[in-house]
Formats: sequence, C-alpha cells, structure tokens
Amino acid sequence: MNDLVGEAMNDMVGIVIVSHSKDIAKGTADMVRQMVGSEVRVAFCGGNPDGGLGTNVPLIIEAINKAWSPKGVAILVDLGGAETNSEMAVEMLQPERRDLVVVCNAPIVEGAVMAATEAAGGSSLEQVRAVAEELSAA
Amino acid sequence: MSLQPETLKSLVRAAAEQVIASAPELTALDQAIGDGDHGTNMKRGFEAVLGKLDTIGAQPPDEALKTIGKTLVMTVGGASGPLYGSFFLAAGDALANSRQLPDDLAEVFACGVGAVSARGRSQPGEKTMLDVLFPVLETLKTEAGNPDLIKRVRATASEAAARTAPMQATKGRASFLGARSVGHVDPGARSSCVLLQAVCNTLEARQ
Repeated sequence: MNDLVGEAMNDMVGIVIVSHSKDIAKGTADMVRQMVGSEVRVAFCGGNPDGGLGTNVPLIIEAINKAWSPKGVAILVDLGGAETNSEMAVEMLQPERRDLVVVCNAPIVEGAVMAATEAAGGSSLEQVRAVAEELSAA
Repeated sequence: MSLQPETLKSLVRAAAEQVIASAPELTALDQAIGDGDHGTNMKRGFEAVLGKLDTIGAQPPDEALKTIGKTLVMTVGGASGPLYGSFFLAAGDALANSRQLPDDLAEVFACGVGAVSARGRSQPGEKTMLDVLFPVLETLKTEAGNPDLIKRVRATASEAAARTAPMQATKGRASFLGARSVGHVDPGARSSCVLLQAVCNTLEARQ
C-alpha cells in the first residue's frame, strides 16, 4: 500500500489517514494519490482490532511509521475516537518521533487532499497542518 | 501496608468479568446516544486484560496497572481505550512514584482521573465518565478513613451515573445529538460505575 518510496519523500511531510472505516480511509488515500500524485508518502488505516468499525492504536502506529518522513507526519481523522486513538498512538512512538507528528483538526477527505498538496510543495509540518486546519476555521 | 498482588488480581478479574457481563447494557446505552460500540469495545479490551491476568498478578502493582492500561489502549478500538488506558497508566505512574495502595488511594485515583480529563480535554458536567470519576474521587477524599468508605463509593458511583441522564452532552460522540442526548445515562459513566461497583463488591467480600 505504501510503495511510494523515493528520494523525494524525505523532503515531504508524510500523511496518515485514520478513519473508523477502512473503506473510507482507503478511498481517501486513493483520492489523495489521484489528485496530488504519488510523491507524498500516504498511509491509512481503519477498523477496530476485530475488523469492525472503529480505530486501533497499533494500526495507527504502524501507519505513522510507514508514512514516516524526517519532516514529520500529519494525521487526518474522522470522528472522536479516531482523534483520541491517534493522540495516544503519537504518545507511544519512539520519543524522538513524537514531536514530529500532529493530528489535524480538519475534515478527513478535504483535509487529506489539502495537506498532501501542501506537503508535495515541500512545506513544513506546521504549514501542512495550518493549510488543513483552514478548512475548519470558517 | 501495601496492595497484595493476589488482591489486585481478584479485583481485576472481578472488574473485567463485570464489564464483560455488562456489554449488552453498555451497547444499548451507546446505541441511544453514541455509535453503539461501547459494550463490544469494553468487552474486547477487558477480555484481553483477563488473558493477561497471570502476568498482571505476578507484577508489582505499579507495573500491573500499566499493563492493564496498555492492554486497554491497544485492544479496545474506540475512544474509551485511551481514556481508560490513560487512567491506569497514570495510576501506575503514581504508584511508581512512591505512592502506595491503599494508603494513598485518593491521590492515586486523582492521578488517573486527571489523565482521563486531559486525554478527553473534558471536565465534569459534560455527560462523560468524568461525571462518575470526579464524584468518586471526592468521596475518596472526604470519606477517607470512614469504615463505610466502600459503601459510600458504591453509592456515589451509582448515583453519579444516574445523574448523567438529564445532562446534555457537550463532549464525545453524544454531543452531536445536542438536546437529544438528554434522558439517557451516558455509556462511559455507566461503565465506570460498573467497574467501581465490581471493585467495591470484591473488597467488601474480602473483609
């Protein structure tokens, strides 16, 4: 799923999509790839540990590590539990990675596309987050 | 005096079994005002805790609480995982920092409650598990040393859970329902009550 390894990726913030539904997460990632291209590293996950609707800390940690870039990773989430579980996952990362991962307060599909677009231009993690979160400001 | 591993083990077993038995009730409450998965999520998490009972029973109390917390975080699959998980992780941290059970119970419990509040960015009065945890903390503080402490805690938990029914949710999934959340007991408040009652019943039976 995350076969987008290339020289360029180290210069771009990675994107993680966390939904209660694996289908929504995958569909969002597909949209990002089609609209933004494949140079940005995108990982996604969805579903609880039994495969039903929900989110799941181990899978989120795995997705963050898959999308990892030295410039950081921006996470887009859908509903409350996805946010809480993503924050928990960030705290459980290796200490040197924790400060380089943010959970964006943005709608998941639009936020992922906007964040990836900004990331593709080589922006910093803060810029990527700010662009995604502009969607929630109105 | 400090908490004995076998006491902790029996408390954990009772709490886990009671939550698992209450899964249908928790799910029904969550179907009314949430997304209907609280019972199955808590059941999954506490089944995983039961699966580690021997490990938990062999660990010192601080590590045992952290094992419970981490297990819940990794297996629950909903917001209640990090919320309950943070409670046990923080309580474990408090014990690691030279607090003792049962002597420092209120203080250790306060650390757990503080972690839940921080994790959920929530305060009492928002129709959440904190509406049970905070009143129970208050009882632990004010009734410390009272021979009837266990009874008081059980009564506080049960009354506090019931008091969430008329509240309007402003945090969590139920907040999307606004005024329609009024009239239902909060599922998280109920699961906190179930856990606390199981602990109280077990302690009482051992007295």
